[in-house]
Amino acid sequence: MVKLIALTPCAGLLPITHGGVEVTEVRPERLMSVAPYAGQSKATSAKLKEQIGEGLSAVMCRAGAVTWFGHGTWLVAGEVALDGVAAVTDQSDAWAVVAISGAGAEDVLARLVPVDLRAGVFKKNHVAKTMLGHMAVTITRTDTATFEIMVMRAMARTLVHDLDIAMRGVAAR
Amino acid sequence: MRITCPNCGPRDRREFYYQGDALALDRPAEDAGLEAWDDYLHNRENPAGDTADLWFHEAGCGAWLVVERNTVTHAVHKATLAEKAKR
Repeated sequence: MVKLIALTPCAGLLPITHGGVEVTEVRPERLMSVAPYAGQSKATSAKLKEQIGEGLSAVMCRAGAVTWFGHGTWLVAGEVALDGVAAVTDQSDAWAVVAISGAGAEDVLARLVPVDLRAGVFKKNHVAKTMLGHMAVTITRTDTATFEIMVMRAMARTLVHDLDIAMRGVAAR
Repeated sequence: MRITCPNCGPRDRREFYYQGDALALDRPAEDAGLEAWDDYLHNRENPAGDTADLWFHEAGCGAWLVVERNTVTHAVHKATLAEKAKR
């Protein structure tokens, strides 16, 4: 049998650095989407808390390993079992996850994202489901000058390409 | 044009996909008869004024919204989750 070599979504694309802004790949071990059944949000939250230490986070927020991931959906970084209370899907290989950090990270994203991501309104652990260029993305501020960006795995190269051009533009100013 | 998504707050129109009149939520009963079903499927008002449409927050949270807006002034009055709209 052929031996297959597992590649990460951004293998060969990252890291890149321009003008003090760096983009690196984040490699979550396990990603599970969690969509509570009708009327089961509280039960789901309680079970999550038992299993990974955090319940369902608030809309547009991340709490620990739990990230709000759209209407009625959360993405959990870790293994969970929620039979009977929520629909759970393993999405570990479905997403390309990158971290963009540096003093100019906000300026880079301002060129690509139509939502205000400045620190005054978009604070640590805030989550935005929005667009980056033409792609639907999930953006989380993970630290003062660091954001995490998730896109569908097939769009990894486009994401890095768009970020690269915006980073060069900001660095050239 | 901006739409205030109940989940995400004010967002640019390009994040949304337009479906059509929110009348689509008022589905007739299965035995309502041909006339009611014909009306539901094919007939729509074309108001100069307030109207309610279904929009999908496609590049955002993925929620279906009922957006109330005015076709004359282009004002967007409000958006509510379709699952919570009165039927």
